[in-house]
Amino acid sequence: MAKIVFQHPQSLKHSIFHYCPGCGHSIVHRIACEVIDEMGIRGITIGVPPAGCAVLAYNYFDVDMIEAPHGRGPAMASGIKRSLPDRVVFSYQGDGDLAAIGMAESFHAANRGENITVIFINNAVYGMTGGQMAPTTMLNQKTTTSPAGRQQRLDGYPVKVSEIFSKIGGVTYLERCSVSSPAGVNKTKKAIKKAFQCQLDGLGFSMIEVLSMCPTNWKMSSVDSCKWIDDVLAKEFPPGIYKDEIAALKKAAEGRS
Amino acid sequence: MNKVLMSGNNIIGEAAIRAGCRFYAGYPITPQNELTEYMAEHIRSIEGGVFIQSESEIAAINMIAGASAAGLRVMTSSSSPGISLKQEGISSMAACELPGLIVNIMRGGPGLGNIRPAQGDYFQATRGGGHGDYRTIVLGPATGQELADLTMDAFDLADQYRTPVMILADGMMGQMMEPVIFKKPNPRNYPEKFMLRGAGSGKSKFIRGLLLDPIDSEGHNWKLARKYAVIAQHETRHEEYLISDAEMVIVAYGTAARIAKGAIKRLRDHGLKVGLFRPITLWPFPELKLRSLSSRVKNFLVFEMSTGQMLEDVRLALQGYANIDFHGRPGGAVPTPAELANVVAKFYNKID
Repeated sequence: MAKIVFQHPQSLKHSIFHYCPGCGHSIVHRIACEVIDEMGIRGITIGVPPAGCAVLAYNYFDVDMIEAPHGRGPAMASGIKRSLPDRVVFSYQGDGDLAAIGMAESFHAANRGENITVIFINNAVYGMTGGQMAPTTMLNQKTTTSPAGRQQRLDGYPVKVSEIFSKIGGVTYLERCSVSSPAGVNKTKKAIKKAFQCQLDGLGFSMIEVLSMCPTNWKMSSVDSCKWIDDVLAKEFPPGIYKDEIAALKKAAEGRS
Repeated sequence: MNKVLMSGNNIIGEAAIRAGCRFYAGYPITPQNELTEYMAEHIRSIEGGVFIQSESEIAAINMIAGASAAGLRVMTSSSSPGISLKQEGISSMAACELPGLIVNIMRGGPGLGNIRPAQGDYFQATRGGGHGDYRTIVLGPATGQELADLTMDAFDLADQYRTPVMILADGMMGQMMEPVIFKKPNPRNYPEKFMLRGAGSGKSKFIRGLLLDPIDSEGHNWKLARKYAVIAQHETRHEEYLISDAEMVIVAYGTAARIAKGAIKRLRDHGLKVGLFRPITLWPFPELKLRSLSSRVKNFLVFEMSTGQMLEDVRLALQGYANIDFHGRPGGAVPTPAELANVVAKFYNKID
């Protein structure tokens, strides 16, 4: 009998993505669904989509979902997780959602060590509203609200979320990945799986920052967008593991038992 | 159950826990801190009880929205400026039809105002408060006993109509100690089909307020409007006090109504026939009850600890069938019954 090596993830609905060609959201949706399938957690997973391009994530994820007001995903996910501690709860957020309007909710959910997972899509621009400056927009990057390019003196600096969050006591696992290459996609999938496992093991707050393409608002081709991530964005936001307390916490738990 | 002496804020907390509230999130703000502290002390000692001191009022309302979706009875509380921050979440809960109780222990405003009792949030509470076409059921308790009873009822109403419900009280109600008997709460009746608890082996669900298609969105708005019409028809509550022979009726709610009762006793001692109409539900406003009163009573005096907000509902209810005067003490000023009696007497003496 032939072995199935590739198929449509069961946790991914059979709808056509509304995302623009070359957008990273659909890739991250797909690999998150593959992880949910592989871990067999579809029935116990609850997702919280954001305001932003991924607001319609419930059209794609075949898991229970509840939409949060802009930026409030981690607060809502905290409420769900505390109510149902044995469920896998994740919030899915963009850079504006997480690092601008929802910075307080994200920071404090992390600081409380909420046993949830945040999938954080960093594409350095506001997508759904039409390409305005994001907290993670690069210096000199042109957007509709930084038409001359982001100027540090007037617009501030790109917010380095993983660097900042790695210093928060409540964070257990934090990795920055990129979906600009097949290798990056595989790495991102592994990171999401590790984050969900961290949650299932009750080890606390996990976040995966994903550098993701936005060809439409970057005004680039899909291929150039991937290249721009590798050449420019990943230099400002270097991928890597920023915090991993999983092994230490597991060891400590074993020591106690 | 024995009679116990408790402050209003603690009464709400105890009534909520007895009614099965198992999730509370809140942020400190005077004059409602005792309620947050009461929940911190008591809810975590109950199995499944969750207390979170949130980073903001905005976070608190979204935490209870999440817990409500997960199927718990939920509550948050704050005072005026904090309630303004919660409005985004209240609008969202109304849109997503999530039950929950929001307590507003009003203080002086606008802006930071002060921490004295006031009633300046009536418009915000009764007109929805946040963006979009929605209403919240608003209950205006006037005694410690009513704080207990209405808190329990608020949870039932929230579940029955799948909508956020607000207790609108003020700093006086929150801080004052009164004797109270906690009644036996009703068993909860909230079907699991409305809860989001993971799809199991079944079909996944989603809860959302975003409806990009305007026709879908219009349909949802009308669906909510039909629900509000049912609430308006069935859920109004009010109290009438010394109405039967009254030549003048004071319309007041909450603390203002208690002051009015004190004033009425003084006025009656002097032979002035004054009664009280006290709305208990502020939305839905007991409009028809008040209008029917105008077939006999031709002089009404609205008294509020504001510059005149419920006054507009009284005008809408009476539709010009009677004279309406107004006395207000906004910004945290609380008159004595004697002061109000003097004011009412002046208006009363002008009646021809």
